[in-house]
Amino acid sequence: MKAVDALGEAEIEIEVTINGRTVRRRVKARQHLADFLRQELELTGTHLGCEHGVCGACTVLIDGRTARGCLTLAAQVSGRTVETIEGLAESGRLEELQREFIARNAAQCGFCSSGMLLTAYELVARGRKPSRAEIRQYLSGNMCRCTGYHAIVDAVEAVAARQAEGERP
Amino acid sequence: MSADAPVAGAIGARVPRLELRRLLSGNGRYIDDVKLPRMLHACFVRSPHPHARIVSIDTQAARQAPGVAAVFTAADINPRCEPFVGVALHRPGHRSPPQSLLAGERALWQGQPVAMIVAESRAEAEDAAELVAIDWQPLPTVGDQLQAIAPGAALVHPELGDNVAFDFALKKGDADQAFAEADLVIEEELRFERQMATTLEPRGLIADFNPGDGSLTVIHAHQSPFQMQHVFSRHLGIPEHKVRVVAPDIGGGFGMKLNIYGDEIATAVASMILGRPVKFCADRLESFVSDAQARDHRIRCRIAVKRSGEITAMEMDDLGAVGAYGMPLRFNVAEGMMAISLMGAPYDFEHYRARTRSVYVNKNLIGMYRGVGMPLACVAAELLTDLAASELGIDTVAFKRRNYRRPESLPCVTPGGQKLESVSFHACLDQLVRLIDYPALRREQAALRERGIYRGLGIATFCEQTAYGPPYYGPSGAAISTQDGCTLRLDPSGAVRCVTSLTDQGQGTLTGVAQIVADAVGVPLEQVSVIGGDSAISPYGGGAWASRGTAIGGEAAWRAGRMLKRNILALASAITQTPAEALDIVGGEVTNARTGQAVISLADVGRIGYFRQDTLPPDFDVQLSVSASFVANDRMYYMANGVQASYVEVDCETGFIKLLGQWAVDDCGRVVNPLLVDEQVRGGIVQGIGAVLYEECIYSEDANLLNGTMADYLVPMADEMPDIVVAHVETPEPSTALGAKGIGEAGLIGAMGAVWVAVNDALKPFGVRILHQPFTPERVLDALARGRAAGR
Amino acid sequence: MKARNFRYVRPASLQQAYRILEEGGGDAVPLAGGQSLLAGLNMRLSAPKLLVDIGELRELGGQSHAGGVVRLGALTRHRELLESELTRTRLPLLARAAEHIGHAAIRNRGTLGGSLAYADPAAELPACCVALGATLVLGSNAGERRVRAEDFFKGLFETDLKPGELILAVEFPERAAEETIGFGELARRHGDFALVGLAAVATLVRDRIERARLVYFGCVERAALARAVSAAVAGSSLPLTDQAALAAAIRTDLSPNDTPGLRADTKLHLATVLTRRVVNAFAARAAA
Repeated sequence: MKAVDALGEAEIEIEVTINGRTVRRRVKARQHLADFLRQELELTGTHLGCEHGVCGACTVLIDGRTARGCLTLAAQVSGRTVETIEGLAESGRLEELQREFIARNAAQCGFCSSGMLLTAYELVARGRKPSRAEIRQYLSGNMCRCTGYHAIVDAVEAVAARQAEGERP
Repeated sequence: MSADAPVAGAIGARVPRLELRRLLSGNGRYIDDVKLPRMLHACFVRSPHPHARIVSIDTQAARQAPGVAAVFTAADINPRCEPFVGVALHRPGHRSPPQSLLAGERALWQGQPVAMIVAESRAEAEDAAELVAIDWQPLPTVGDQLQAIAPGAALVHPELGDNVAFDFALKKGDADQAFAEADLVIEEELRFERQMATTLEPRGLIADFNPGDGSLTVIHAHQSPFQMQHVFSRHLGIPEHKVRVVAPDIGGGFGMKLNIYGDEIATAVASMILGRPVKFCADRLESFVSDAQARDHRIRCRIAVKRSGEITAMEMDDLGAVGAYGMPLRFNVAEGMMAISLMGAPYDFEHYRARTRSVYVNKNLIGMYRGVGMPLACVAAELLTDLAASELGIDTVAFKRRNYRRPESLPCVTPGGQKLESVSFHACLDQLVRLIDYPALRREQAALRERGIYRGLGIATFCEQTAYGPPYYGPSGAAISTQDGCTLRLDPSGAVRCVTSLTDQGQGTLTGVAQIVADAVGVPLEQVSVIGGDSAISPYGGGAWASRGTAIGGEAAWRAGRMLKRNILALASAITQTPAEALDIVGGEVTNARTGQAVISLADVGRIGYFRQDTLPPDFDVQLSVSASFVANDRMYYMANGVQASYVEVDCETGFIKLLGQWAVDDCGRVVNPLLVDEQVRGGIVQGIGAVLYEECIYSEDANLLNGTMADYLVPMADEMPDIVVAHVETPEPSTALGAKGIGEAGLIGAMGAVWVAVNDALKPFGVRILHQPFTPERVLDALARGRAAGR
Repeated sequence: MKARNFRYVRPASLQQAYRILEEGGGDAVPLAGGQSLLAGLNMRLSAPKLLVDIGELRELGGQSHAGGVVRLGALTRHRELLESELTRTRLPLLARAAEHIGHAAIRNRGTLGGSLAYADPAAELPACCVALGATLVLGSNAGERRVRAEDFFKGLFETDLKPGELILAVEFPERAAEETIGFGELARRHGDFALVGLAAVATLVRDRIERARLVYFGCVERAALARAVSAAVAGSSLPLTDQAALAAAIRTDLSPNDTPGLRADTKLHLATVLTRRVVNAFAARAAA
């Protein structure tokens, strides 16, 4: 047996705050955060589209910032806070974005929407009023195969504009 | 249209897809979200070689790996499944050898499944897959269609004698003479690289064979549960009434999730062998080598024109590489057939000749993907007409107006054999020209050219076959139903439940059905619930493909709604002792048809109809559930049409193309839901843009896929896409009450034509053409370099 | 795909990290942002036995500016390069480049140290560090050492990192007043790896380039100073007019390979166009 086989653990005890609740679990070292959420906690709103970090379907918030669930190990978030689409939706923080998305049918199959909403949320939360070009650029890491993006840009623009006028998202 | 036709109410309203509130809060139930008790997970060992003999397979180490329940090879799986033959019976000469689920002796494409691991988790299945030891003997490969038809070519299927799956020609009039007499002939060879639908959610299913009663339930991310119910039954030997296929939420289909996949059927076999549910969800790397692919054509085409601008003839010679087998049921000769059938359909000309050959290559199977062969026809005709107009010094819009089929000439049959009845080429073009301010764009283009900025404007017209009927698949032998149906039930609460045979992968078909039911019965939309995609509980039907949901299933929903309304009014009449003719249903209440006054609520009708039949006349027959189906027995398709414009700028130093705007005017007949229709068009347009500028499967000469990841296969993302304006002309389909045609594929078809023409328009000052899709920067630069070399 | 099995450890200190990495040898790899490493593991491209999570080590964090040196800890996230006052004012080349690194979610996690250690030839930051004349501070059980960025990148995904060694920080000399920066990349989609990219630092006197450091990415095997091109533009007045000389210099410095869908000669052509555009933009920057 090599020295490395005695170092570290194959399974790790983690403690992580998920959508406001502290959760303690024993995870396999190799399990990524998206699989942890989906399989261990049955929070299936975070989706897997590629597992190489390109499509954005697995986007979650770690310590309040967007991150790819497939490019983060569950072990890495021990001690951190994680928020998923379920938590954000339940808290009402996505209400305005959801309303604008729905009104414009800025989602069709819905598979990209969790990631798309969280990315849009991060953009709008910055508080500045982004141009359409800036919105497109910020969303450029979230693949949508159904909508062609136009309605999504419209929705985000509407929420950002209202926020700039002083209403809270 | 009949007097019983819908009047605008919920129909015609902009209603977002009803599932969105659920899906946008993370409450979807997609296939990979579903867990069943004792469920196992499958993954496949796939051939790394495009063509190789399997000398030996050693699964011992894999079988002993942690968490593994079973390891199967061809010997275990194939005998339990009747092989598939992907041949269309009504196409004489169409040949395909039978195809089994797992490769036995030979693998014929890179990615073909060879062994199957079933384990407690997907990760453990993948670990075990690495332990399967296969001794391969690589064989000579047929890498593309030119290799396939070259003399002395290696053979994909030696027993066929050559690599030709299908060879079909058609002609009308005397093309040779027309070309000989033409004032101008433009001839080009167009290349369309292989592409993938790339749904964001990969394929998946859970096969749940119950050994207790020999029934098979499959939760299947598939566009046609009824097709699969039949397939599982027929090929696995289970009586069809013991097979149930249910579609969950599906993350996009676009035709890709319509095909027959050996790995999916094998998953059902595994469940039968193990007596436990087995889940197979393809991951992205796997999907690149196993999802049915699309396009992969070389098309030689030409046009004959008189100096006056009159088109006299067209010709197309298509060579498509369909992969290693014919696709069962969803025949992959369809791309070539549709390309030659639809070529030039909007135009009035007499002489036509076309040929399509589908050839076998050592690549994955071509299957259904949005638009099928129609985008190819659009590109060929629109490019040739635009170039012809340009060479003759005629404005392209004027050229089209001159040559389009006139409304007075309808109905007619095109040289490619297409029936045109209720199309609207001139009306759509007129609206488009106004929408884009055509003269202003041309002036801007000209002014910028003076400054060395090269913009192009492309206008592309297309015809689109939608909603195929029985004449399409019937004679082929494929058990694909082109009917759809729905069952409606008035609940005691006064709400209406609908179960439809239609399915929805995001396009909003079920929402459209709800709108139709609401208006047909007379209830508010909020009082209608719709379930679709369950082969056990709805009338038999076709599902989602070929832009048919609203046109066919919606028509069935309309019929069922009228039936339910009649039955409700009959009951209301018995309850209130008022003649049924004097009653109506408006806003969820039974009303006085003349005065509009409420007479009795639907909830009361329901309550009495279900719980107080004792208060009704003894012989009154309460029937608050109805079913209706619809199919147009003798109609091959409905023909829709549209036109698009694309405005682009080509950076001639880098070859990069910027999209400045995209506009579509579409005629899909009656628009049941303008919001959903517009969004379908936009989504299709971006896929069309993806096809022309970004997407291709890149292979080595010997058919090894080189770019099978999301980083390397380029799907359009938000930053590069333009804003998209959509408008409509509505020429209702005359043969149905609803009058809807289909819209699902129009965006892609028109966009491919428009962007091809726009980019070539931008390059006109250089006297060069770009004819190889996708138009990568290198291909643009190479085209420009060719021009310089030729002294332009 | 799911990653293969491996073990995981989160050392409590830098010293502990060094010990573990030395003991683990080639089978132990450091995990910082993980944006490249985990993607590769998910595709089963490599098989490390142990991941050493250094992502929260205090010693690798921080940004400071003292004594004419801007020092960025190895765990500086790409997002911070975009957002921090220090990098935006003192290291605008990094801020500019960071706009092109992936997307927000990647930038929130990916680190400067990780990018330099991974040394993807299509990545922006290695090229920027070479152009800026940065120095990498490396540490291991054996102690600390400094290596100039231009000596650090040895080959394709190959750096001067010794076994058991970590990047601790990157030090950037303070920018002189006359210095201007240039940056450009050609990518098919925003955030994609560059087909051809260029990071440049130059000293301008009015419209004349006195000195320039040009470093390419995307069409090269490693980030390295493009000496011939840098020499060719030095002494030139803007805008550049001698395309032939530029193209010749580029052919001297760059020997790209054919890759699927993009030939070497196309890369050279694109590099020439990009160079002209980036260099000609120096004037606008200098004036600004």
